[in-house]
Amino acid sequence: MAQYHQFDALVVGAGGAGLMAALYASKSVNTAVISKLYPTRSHTGAAQGGISAALGNMEPDKWEWHAYDTVKGGDFLSDQDAVDILCKEAVEAVIDLEHMGLPFDRTADGKISQRRFGGHSNNETKQPVQRACHAADRTGHMILQTLYQQCIKNNVRFFDEFQMIDMIVIDGTCRGVVAVELKTGEIHVFHAKAVMLATGGFGKMWKISSNAHSLTGDGPSVALRCGLPLQDMEFYQFHPTGIYKMGILLSEAARGEGAIFINDKGERFMERYAPTMKDLASRDVCSRSIYKEVRAGNGIGGKDYVYLDFRPERINKYFEADGNPRRVDAEYIEKRLPDIIEFVRVYMGIDPITEPVPIQPTAHYAMGGIPTDLDARVLLDENGAIVHGLYAAGEAACVSVHGANRLGTNSLVDLIVFGRRGGKKMAEFAKQTEFLPISQEVHKPAEAMLNGIRNNDGKEHPGQIRKELQLHMDEHVGVFRTKQGLEAALEEIRGLKERYKRIHIDDKGVQWNTDLMEAWELGCLLDLAEVTAISALARQESRGGHYREDFPDRDDKNFLKHTNVWSDNHMSYKPVRMGRYQPTERKY
Amino acid sequence: MKVHFKIKRFNPEKDKKSYWGEYDVEAEESDRVLDALQTVKWEIDGTLNFRRSCAHGICGSDAMRINGRNSLACKLLIRDAVQGGKIVVEPILGLPVIKDLIVDMEPFFAHYRAVMPYLINDTEPGERERLQSPEERARFDDSTKCILCACCTTSCPSFWVRGDYVGPAAIVQAHRFIFDSRDQGAAKRLDVLGEPEGVWRCRTVFNCSEVCPRDIQVTQAIGEVKAALITGRID
Repeated sequence: MAQYHQFDALVVGAGGAGLMAALYASKSVNTAVISKLYPTRSHTGAAQGGISAALGNMEPDKWEWHAYDTVKGGDFLSDQDAVDILCKEAVEAVIDLEHMGLPFDRTADGKISQRRFGGHSNNETKQPVQRACHAADRTGHMILQTLYQQCIKNNVRFFDEFQMIDMIVIDGTCRGVVAVELKTGEIHVFHAKAVMLATGGFGKMWKISSNAHSLTGDGPSVALRCGLPLQDMEFYQFHPTGIYKMGILLSEAARGEGAIFINDKGERFMERYAPTMKDLASRDVCSRSIYKEVRAGNGIGGKDYVYLDFRPERINKYFEADGNPRRVDAEYIEKRLPDIIEFVRVYMGIDPITEPVPIQPTAHYAMGGIPTDLDARVLLDENGAIVHGLYAAGEAACVSVHGANRLGTNSLVDLIVFGRRGGKKMAEFAKQTEFLPISQEVHKPAEAMLNGIRNNDGKEHPGQIRKELQLHMDEHVGVFRTKQGLEAALEEIRGLKERYKRIHIDDKGVQWNTDLMEAWELGCLLDLAEVTAISALARQESRGGHYREDFPDRDDKNFLKHTNVWSDNHMSYKPVRMGRYQPTERKY
Repeated sequence: MKVHFKIKRFNPEKDKKSYWGEYDVEAEESDRVLDALQTVKWEIDGTLNFRRSCAHGICGSDAMRINGRNSLACKLLIRDAVQGGKIVVEPILGLPVIKDLIVDMEPFFAHYRAVMPYLINDTEPGERERLQSPEERARFDDSTKCILCACCTTSCPSFWVRGDYVGPAAIVQAHRFIFDSRDQGAAKRLDVLGEPEGVWRCRTVFNCSEVCPRDIQVTQAIGEVKAALITGRID
């Protein structure tokens, strides 16, 4: 009954990682992309500030400095061989994007322009370095558009608005995926030699989130259901500058251009928490500092937010105080940060050129995900066995370059570098293997799952379950965590999972049933929330984005290791691959 | 505040023709229209269908006709949309309706693909970036902002009358490359846009520029492409 397709390489998800993989795989094998959104709707397009690469166009820079900053930013949990690849290949990958037509901003001599970003430094002077290559504050938009354009040019086959429901994993090999075509409601079987999961993040398990509605962790949760582990799920990044109450992201590029955090007393409080890098300390440090100010009663009007100040005269005042000769004016700020200035004007009704902007930390990015090797091949266990034919890249994956906390701009670097490596490897693999058999019945579990949701007639409402999940996650699995809080969250999540079994949806139809799709996605979020809480509970230390108030220090003796967790909730650990850099105290 | 929503509904599995669904929603003035639509879907009637993703005006999923004017539902606030306590929401015009506010985007993307929306330059680029001056980069900056939401194309009377007109969005995409100093495909694109279903269908009604949620000067971009066709020069 299901429609059947066969491709050498199949990519699930059409953001930066998926399109880069598809582009490279399609150079030599028959390649298709399935995506629940039109590719240009993917959340890569929301990335603002830049993509780092040590081009050295503005001032001296080295990829090794970028590597050290990444390892330090990750609080020494990153695998250092992966980081070396990330930072070394970033340089040629960014040039590759330029050659594809990406309209980077330019220096006076026509090169790619670069700017400062949090945690990126000159390792010798310890001062911020201009490393982030940018196209105004819509760099992600330009990456997504450029890659989609190139895929069209290369005749990549797209199945737009197809939702993956299940993956075909048999005897340690991946043989394809089962998806539903949203328009018709028909089930399609995609038989493939190589499959890549590039479905992005899962920030919608929190209420205050920078993530798109569509970011529900479909790839990681399907992998989990197929018996694969997820890695480092306790490490989730809360970006310090979300628009108050809405969570919409205001790029770190604002601080790269000189903006500062201000508390209710008018103090530039980051001077106290990060004396050298100040407002450009890493994101985990800034988010915690904001909440420490709030707890000390220094939130604006005693409330749970602070100001991000990018009024030109204030920026200049602090440049002067820092002995920085740069000066900015309103015209410059408008030109460098047009989109985020517009967001503030539209959504808050205030003008950031003349008023400070209320901000609070917002759930932003998953450092954890589907564990892979250096070629984006998915790992079956903590010993390094691989699932043949299965790949993952981008936010859905954990390679692990970001460790316990990702540096700004490195998500885009990750997409491009490991998307490309994965795409090449998929093509290589597909050329030397045959299609493995699949049964005629392979689509039945997916079909049964969807019909189960559609026809369920319980009393519970998915909208209500989602709302409660987000509130519990905001309260207990956020910037600050404790044993009691995490245990309470876990109990609530498990209660919600029970209630989820008794849901009903209103739309019983077949075609374009978003009621059904959202209920299915909620199931993904619940599964991922559970393993996030379990992983966080077990890690009795504080590192990067995971901060335990009951264990406030980093504990390298016991926890310099990656967490793997399975759907039956059992866990194991594996060592971090160290390299040139040994863990030291992390100061900014 | 309480807002009365009138939303055009159509379910291909049940309805012979569309009808108005009416819903009272409790919303803040500073909420997005999209937030209110989510309230309808999550709390009142789960059968309402619309596309949405990023919810802050960058992915281009939720173009709709709101009180008779194309907008992104996530970029229009309740206080700016509400008229006499009411907000009327319909699918964008000129593309076939599939279900409720969801239209078939395929004709729109077919026009997009027709203009060869990718850099054409077969010379060997070398190991470093191709150089481009800030002035050359600025020449096509405005058209790089396009998110392919279709607000412009589906507000254009010429497109409503003749769906084979490539439409403003595709012309903006062509403009983005024609005026990029690194591109060598201008002649091929101008051939496409000089055809009867190309730029000459534009009657400078300016609807496209007025509704663009990215504030792109769409009509100006179309004018520049027309000028390039007439003069044979790109400047």
